[in-house]
Amino acid sequence: MASSARQVLFDPLLEQNPIALQVLGICSALAVTTKMDTALVMCAAVTAVTAMSSFSISLLRNYIPTSIRIIVQLTIIASLVILADQVLKAYVYDISKQLSVFVGLIITNCIVMGRAEGYAMQNGPIMSFLDGIGNGLGYSLILIMTAFLRETIGSGKLLGFVVLPSVNDGGWYFPNGIMVTSAGAFFIIGAFIWVLRTLKPEQREEGE
Amino acid sequence: MRHSTMYTILFAGAVCVACAILVSTAAVSLGDLQDQNALLDKQKNVLYAAGLAEPEENLNPQQIEERFAKVKAVVVDLETAEEVTGVDPAAYDQQKAKNDPAMSREAPPNAAVIKRLPKYAVIYHVLNDAGEVEMVVLPVEGYGLWSTLLGFLALDADTTTVRGITYYSHKETPGLGGEVDNPGWKALWPGRKVFDENWQPSIEVIKGQARSPEQDPHRVDGLTGATLTSRGVTNMMDFWLGENGFGPYLEKFRQARPVS
Repeated sequence: MASSARQVLFDPLLEQNPIALQVLGICSALAVTTKMDTALVMCAAVTAVTAMSSFSISLLRNYIPTSIRIIVQLTIIASLVILADQVLKAYVYDISKQLSVFVGLIITNCIVMGRAEGYAMQNGPIMSFLDGIGNGLGYSLILIMTAFLRETIGSGKLLGFVVLPSVNDGGWYFPNGIMVTSAGAFFIIGAFIWVLRTLKPEQREEGE
Repeated sequence: MRHSTMYTILFAGAVCVACAILVSTAAVSLGDLQDQNALLDKQKNVLYAAGLAEPEENLNPQQIEERFAKVKAVVVDLETAEEVTGVDPAAYDQQKAKNDPAMSREAPPNAAVIKRLPKYAVIYHVLNDAGEVEMVVLPVEGYGLWSTLLGFLALDADTTTVRGITYYSHKETPGLGGEVDNPGWKALWPGRKVFDENWQPSIEVIKGQARSPEQDPHRVDGLTGATLTSRGVTNMMDFWLGENGFGPYLEKFRQARPVS
């Protein structure tokens, strides 16, 4: 089990990446990565929710009755997600409109629940907080990379600025339509998992 | 560790109360800011449709308010085609009214797949410096391929010449139907006429290319690879400019303000 703060914080980036190794949180990774700005806001929201929920659940871990622990975790996570949604609506309205239902769906993001049940219930609040941040960052890494490729290849833009002028706007670049569909995200995430497992053979799963 | 049933119930109650307080505090304290954002967003889209602002400008709230100073929201009763004065356009939500049986009615069968019609609709008058109505901005909506498209159509005071169009909410295929957002396509609209000589809705998004507005006033280029979205746009224009939409209102508007 990871013990030092550094390990807890940085392991989830490449060694224990929640998306690439554990293949959690895929649904939102597909949905919000057609554009960079939505992906960035989503990353911030997921990181904040994971960190805060791990922190508060860890604080309560010795008091939560075992029989209702999942419900208690879910209640705390749900409240934090609503909080995040409200804050986004108040301060980055345009992007929260584009993220629409996916902010609410952070509740069902397996990373949040997985870290609460898998880490925060056994570890202290500070470490749990770092673990939440770390896993949020691991999730963000994949999302940002996917969004970067999807937005540049799929629409020739980055953060809304034109980098490859598309034919429709009088440029030369033919946008690759598959990148803006969910299938594009599957290819990118799949390729990333492939590269990661080639470089780090210990992440490979045992054959059947 | 075993806990008594009483402890479990009390613990669950305490967690609920704490979470409820957290959530409601956030909702109440951020509510004003959110309402303001929603209003600004709507105003911004009206400005886009009327050609008074461009999405690239990234207007801040003060700028939106300044430009919106010459725009007047007007509540129209869709059944009587009269302007209504007793309803606050800022507080009235047309989309919510559709779900309220007292504030809406079933729509007659239509190609735009509109199921319910609100009693009132909020439209916008853009005034010129002399205070006369220069443009009428109408909310339009209808089904495309995947989703309902929501947008605004800006008409000249003659009620037939298009001044601009914009869609602010839709889930059409990016790159195909999603091109309703393309500034190049939207630029094809101004100057075209939505009514024919007999004041029947006549604007149509065709397959292929239309000629210039002077030569081809009632037709607009189709969106490549998006036949159903293009058809959806035509259907919604037909509906909202027709007898169940704003047709009667626009007729009264013309009669009240004869165009010289």
